[in-house]
Amino acid sequence: MTFETWLRADRLPHIWCSGCSNGTILNCTLTAVDDLGLDPDRTVFVGGIGCSSRSVGYVATDSLHTTHGRALAFATGVKLADPTLNVLVFTGDGDLAAIGGNHFIHSCRRNIDLTVVCMNNLIYGMTGGQGSPTTPPGALSTTTPYGASEPAFDLAQLAVAAGANYVARWTSYHVRELERAIRAGIETPGLSFIEVRASCPTNYGRRNRLRDVTDQIEIFRTRSMLKAKYDRLVAAGSPVPPDAIVVGEFVRRANPVMGVPP
Amino acid sequence: MLAAVILGRAAVMYDGKYAVQTQVYGPEARGGASMAAVVIDTVPILYPKVSDPDLLVIMSQEGFEKYGAGARRDARMLVDSGLVLSRPGCPYLEVPATDDARTVLKKVIVANIVMLGALVEATGVVSREAIERAVLDSVPKGTEELNLGALRQGYIRGGEAFHEAA
Amino acid sequence: MTRLDFMQGNVASAEGAIAAGCRFFGGYPITPSTEIAERMAARLPRVGGTFIQMEDEIASIAAVIGASWTGMKAMTATSGPGFSLMLENLGFAVMTETPLVVVDIQRGGPSTGQPTMSSQGDMLQCRYGSHGDIATIALAPASVQEMYDLTVKAFNLAERFRCPAFVMADEIVGHMRERIEIPGSVEVAKRRPLEPGRLPFAAGPDLVPGFPSFGRGYRVHVTGLTHDERGYPATNDEAVHAALVERLVTKVESSRREIADYEVMNPDADVVIVCYGAPARTVLQLAAEQAGPPVGVLRFRVVWPFPEHALGEFPNAEAFIVPEQNMGQLAREIERHTSLPVVPVPKLGGDLHTPGELARVVEEVRRR
Repeated sequence: MTFETWLRADRLPHIWCSGCSNGTILNCTLTAVDDLGLDPDRTVFVGGIGCSSRSVGYVATDSLHTTHGRALAFATGVKLADPTLNVLVFTGDGDLAAIGGNHFIHSCRRNIDLTVVCMNNLIYGMTGGQGSPTTPPGALSTTTPYGASEPAFDLAQLAVAAGANYVARWTSYHVRELERAIRAGIETPGLSFIEVRASCPTNYGRRNRLRDVTDQIEIFRTRSMLKAKYDRLVAAGSPVPPDAIVVGEFVRRANPVMGVPP
Repeated sequence: MLAAVILGRAAVMYDGKYAVQTQVYGPEARGGASMAAVVIDTVPILYPKVSDPDLLVIMSQEGFEKYGAGARRDARMLVDSGLVLSRPGCPYLEVPATDDARTVLKKVIVANIVMLGALVEATGVVSREAIERAVLDSVPKGTEELNLGALRQGYIRGGEAFHEAA
Repeated sequence: MTRLDFMQGNVASAEGAIAAGCRFFGGYPITPSTEIAERMAARLPRVGGTFIQMEDEIASIAAVIGASWTGMKAMTATSGPGFSLMLENLGFAVMTETPLVVVDIQRGGPSTGQPTMSSQGDMLQCRYGSHGDIATIALAPASVQEMYDLTVKAFNLAERFRCPAFVMADEIVGHMRERIEIPGSVEVAKRRPLEPGRLPFAAGPDLVPGFPSFGRGYRVHVTGLTHDERGYPATNDEAVHAALVERLVTKVESSRREIADYEVMNPDADVVIVCYGAPARTVLQLAAEQAGPPVGVLRFRVVWPFPEHALGEFPNAEAFIVPEQNMGQLAREIERHTSLPVVPVPKLGGDLHTPGELARVVEEVRRR
């Protein structure tokens, strides 16, 4: 892969802060589409609003940068109107799980043939660090100044329950695994959901004693637990550390799908 | 509602006339009072609504109270005599459409088609041929004979004399 | 070769859309528009098109925009509450210059109001509902025939100007059944592709850029953010923003004479009734049966962009009477363009004005 194949050189440098992992996740995604030999002229990236969704503006394919939360609904129209296109969606935790929550569960239910990469940094980064549906209880943000008091969504489990054919969770530390997961997602017909735990030193780390750009990556490295191990612990009735990040493949199945060429 | 659509269709498609069909209905899928109106003319119809109908077909007591009780004295009304207790202040014809549908045709669902046959026979608002063709356009396959039978039963009822205003 | 039918207005709109080349419908059920979605669900798969019922109206219009970017003609249909939800992405469609058609079968509002009763309460919502400055193309059918004809026209205008076009119908016209003559073929505007070598959002003299459909190698970036001619965000550039918004508004507003479509009766009249949509049926009845001096009739088939020059078709006019199924939404616009008295005749509740009601207003205005 050459970088000009997939990236718009004339749009760089990007807007992301140092220590942000969105660039890493974009890189993994583009490596995956390139490894699979997707035709850039037949590939469309769709995003909503937020730091994550800005990714689509850096990709050198047709790209649709839409309204907040609505990326999946726009992508549904693109894919159904021309099922021969490869359609990928970049989204974030606020975009996907708050304002776009309804579109998320219905896209999974329809099992429409999209690959959705969610950069879950546990915070609204672009607007300056407000709490999101994935902000962990107790975490500080500008709108949870005394600690988040609401439970957080488990996005991967939500996608499994709603019917997506492929669901995985990794972190921006796990670049090889992430590339493989995105490849598997693209290759699996139906909705593929890849949640990626992402770092945001500027707006999450700074308020939650993870100020250094490597602090969150260190958490990803040390607290991630493979799904298989997690399942073994649960089956044995053994305790699971409350701050464990369960990573791996959650589901891969072949339920009926929408939006594939006849 | 369906009867009004069939009537309008008969006038436009098979009698070469103009027709407009409108309706008033509520949120109920079944059982609410509803009203459908048809205007038929030999020239294009401008104002589509019906305020003072020449002809009324009343198939429920609730419908009578809402739309039939205030009928013009020179209007004519067909009432389903098994369902409507009141009688109007205008000439009226008693049509036991629902009873006929149940006992003669063995399908209560064709009561409106019996009534349509009676209306056509009693008033000539559209031709027999037109209404028969419009009914055949509008009913499910396999029910053609049932519905034509209902129309013919209506023709018999429609041949009777109107009562004077009550 | 035309085909005679006795058809419901909503069904006629769906048939007009298919004749105009629409092959994608994304929608959500709402009274009194639902028959359009139902007809499209039955018809589109038979003509190689796609129907999808989305999870809400926000998603419906989003899917329609996505489909349109693949080069397909796409539409949705709704009523006031759904139209309100669509406004967010209608602004996106204006900003990204996405051709599409929305049929709004208006019902009584505000809020959920009167689901089964007629209204023209969305005429300003469609014009001014979006945040920011926009221009609007809106048509107003007054018959089942026009539900067909004006839906076709809306698709052609959407393609010509690369923007949403609205068919602002009402419950009466949407649900009424009447005689219709369906033409054997209709004039259909094709989407003009982006010229080779031109930047995707660089317009020529007509201010409308060619369309770079997805999947054809244009590799276009489309964003609702303020963007330059490459399509790239330029959100802090005052000159780029001003030029973009001015172009988006001017491409429609400067063509108001081309877009205008209206009917004039009795141009020498002293009193003129201005109307559109279902109330026009009452006005035409009055004009046909009225004794005494003839009343002028100006009936708009296109309401937005407002064809203000049409008011000049009545050189002897002394007053404009404006019957609407709202509290004077278009009357207010007419006031902006004339120094003559403008008399709104609001009708709320869902029924039409009667010819008698309007005759009394004409008499009153003449006595003044």
